Amino acid sequence: MVPLYFYLVVSAGLFAIGAYGALARRNAIAIVMSVELMLNAANINLVAFWRYLNPFEINGQIFAAFVFIVAAAEAAVGLALIISIYRNRQTVIVEDVNMLKW
Amino acid sequence: MEITWQTIAFFAFAVMTLGGGLMVVISRNLWHSALFLMLSLFGTSGLFVLLVAPFLAAVQVLVYIGAIAILVLFAIMLTRRMMGLEETQNTQWPAAAAVAVLLFIILVITLSPLVDEKAVTDIFGDKVANLNAHLPVDPDAKGSGVVANDDLKIVTVEKIGEALVTRDGFVLPFELASILLTAALIGAIVVAREDEA
Amino acid sequence: MYYASKLLKDAGLSDGLANTLGIYISVLLLATVFLLLPIFTIWVERKVAARFQNRVGPNRVGPFGILQSIPDVVKLLSKELIFPRNVDRIPYMISPVLMVVSVIMMVAVVPLAPNIIGTDLSIGALYFVAISSLSTIGVVMAGWGSNNKYALLGAFRTVAQLISYEIPMVFTLLVPVMLAGTMSMQKIVDFQGDNYWIFFYAPTAFIIFILSNLGEVGRSPFDLIEAESELVAGFMIEYSAMAFAMFYLAEFLHAFLIGVFAATLFMGGWQGPFVQDLPVLGILYLSAKAFFIYFLTMWIRLTLPRFRIDQMMAFNWKFLVPVSIVHLLITGFLWKVLPEPEVTGNIFDRLFNGEALLRVGVMFLLSALVFVFSLRMLRNAILRGREATSAKLREAYPAAHAAAAPAGD
Repeated sequence: MVPLYFYLVVSAGLFAIGAYGALARRNAIAIVMSVELMLNAANINLVAFWRYLNPFEINGQIFAAFVFIVAAAEAAVGLALIISIYRNRQTVIVEDVNMLKW
Repeated sequence: MEITWQTIAFFAFAVMTLGGGLMVVISRNLWHSALFLMLSLFGTSGLFVLLVAPFLAAVQVLVYIGAIAILVLFAIMLTRRMMGLEETQNTQWPAAAAVAVLLFIILVITLSPLVDEKAVTDIFGDKVANLNAHLPVDPDAKGSGVVANDDLKIVTVEKIGEALVTRDGFVLPFELASILLTAALIGAIVVAREDEA
Repeated sequence: MYYASKLLKDAGLSDGLANTLGIYISVLLLATVFLLLPIFTIWVERKVAARFQNRVGPNRVGPFGILQSIPDVVKLLSKELIFPRNVDRIPYMISPVLMVVSVIMMVAVVPLAPNIIGTDLSIGALYFVAISSLSTIGVVMAGWGSNNKYALLGAFRTVAQLISYEIPMVFTLLVPVMLAGTMSMQKIVDFQGDNYWIFFYAPTAFIIFILSNLGEVGRSPFDLIEAESELVAGFMIEYSAMAFAMFYLAEFLHAFLIGVFAATLFMGGWQGPFVQDLPVLGILYLSAKAFFIYFLTMWIRLTLPRFRIDQMMAFNWKFLVPVSIVHLLITGFLWKVLPEPEVTGNIFDRLFNGEALLRVGVMFLLSALVFVFSLRMLRNAILRGREATSAKLREAYPAAHAAAAPAGD
């Protein structure tokens, strides 16, 4: 079986990639995608720990399932906000959306 | 670690997940980013299969690829005038890259004691020690890379379903999650709909 | 899978190797059979369509034109694959492959006979839903990648349509899952061997399942995603030769698989007389049931005109979704409330005792009642809408109305 360490490294790598995307991309949709990557990294972690440490309890899988729910809610609201902003300001570039900053 | 079908599959899925993820953040074409996001999510789903969580793998495909990624594609198509963007990364990208790399290095260093599989036992107690004793691994299945049926019975779908509706299980979080989803649904409609006037 | 491995083991291979090879051989066999099936079903479809339209249909190649598809395939293979300028090459080429693969992957969980199943996943029903959502991506990739406004319109419609029609499909899929208490396809079929077919417990679910699946495949009357008269084939507009054929292959195979899955989930799958003694009969029963349902979908396709896009979305959200939710609640309630029949004795004792008959009778009646009642509501709503529209028109153009209907009403 593949050691736990490998799964954790993959998860860490995915999280770092997502963090980079969330910090460096200009397009709001790209930022949402990066956040999804980070949530996925967390999910890999949860499931890997569940499998290797506690495979007879369901907590790990249930946690991951709740992450799915939160991710779905987040994507729906986030993309709705982006489309609303695009409609009002004709942009999805996060730096251009600075109405609160004078 | 001997080379079996499982390890080969693991590396294939890991490359899919990480490579797809990397292309999501560096691709200049937002449309390609979204497609690579799907690739990455599919790789993660493969990892779930290897971790013997078939329910989560199917939900990953259904919810993430079938719904969230499609939603992202839809948003991209609706805002398609923004795709001709010359600069896709903002000015702070070198700093962001440095932070991300640093984060990764710190995480890997923190995790490095786990390279030794025995160390896992020391850190997390005796739960791990009898892990392999409990897991019924089918010798044939191991060679072929196909998960044996017994292996799937660690936590069955039935158990997950029961846990979500029993009082000492997760019924309260489950109900809260339903409220969250309903609220998100209504919120998304309210935010995104065009004004009637 | 089991038989292939056993044969190889008997031939003297080691256990591990025989299992591995057996898996590959059975996957190859299953996938090839289902890939070649459309060659036959396309002929069936053309022949049936011809009969519906009072024509003869293909009748030149082979007896009754049964080999007509083979020259068609040869023709498509020999044609040029065209790449228009500015297409997004990689997504453009992956898309048809993805469509076919996503359909073929569904076959994995179909129980063809007792013991003959690709893999009996514990989450079979969920797997079916998950895989069928993959084809959405293929359509979107083709629509956007083609760099064509009709294709893009097709892609927009696809996203709206496929995601919407998934919802009633899942809600009706939950009925067999709930009654059988499992998501494993094989166990759902076993359940229907011990009890009545799920169709008799929940006929409404069966009808809605087929309708929503037609929407999922994008077949007439739900073929808004291609709509040749408005969108000139929608997302497939730029495709030619084999790439185009692959979309067609995927569509026809998916349409046939609706029949297979509906038969498995609602009509007992491979269940039939003597099937336990002779498992091969199961394949026969399953294909007979599947072709029957396939014929029903062809009937719908050839009889009804295409919906308008807003009508189609309204039909889904205002009719299919609420009805399927209410029906699911009623079915679950009745299943728990009605007395559970004895599960002993042979098949006749189990099916024809008072309690079993009461349960199936009450459930069938109420399920049918839900459907009839909601159909009436739908009809009244449509009539009211039509009345309101014509009243508005009458108000706006009194002269035209008087000219059009001189008798007055």
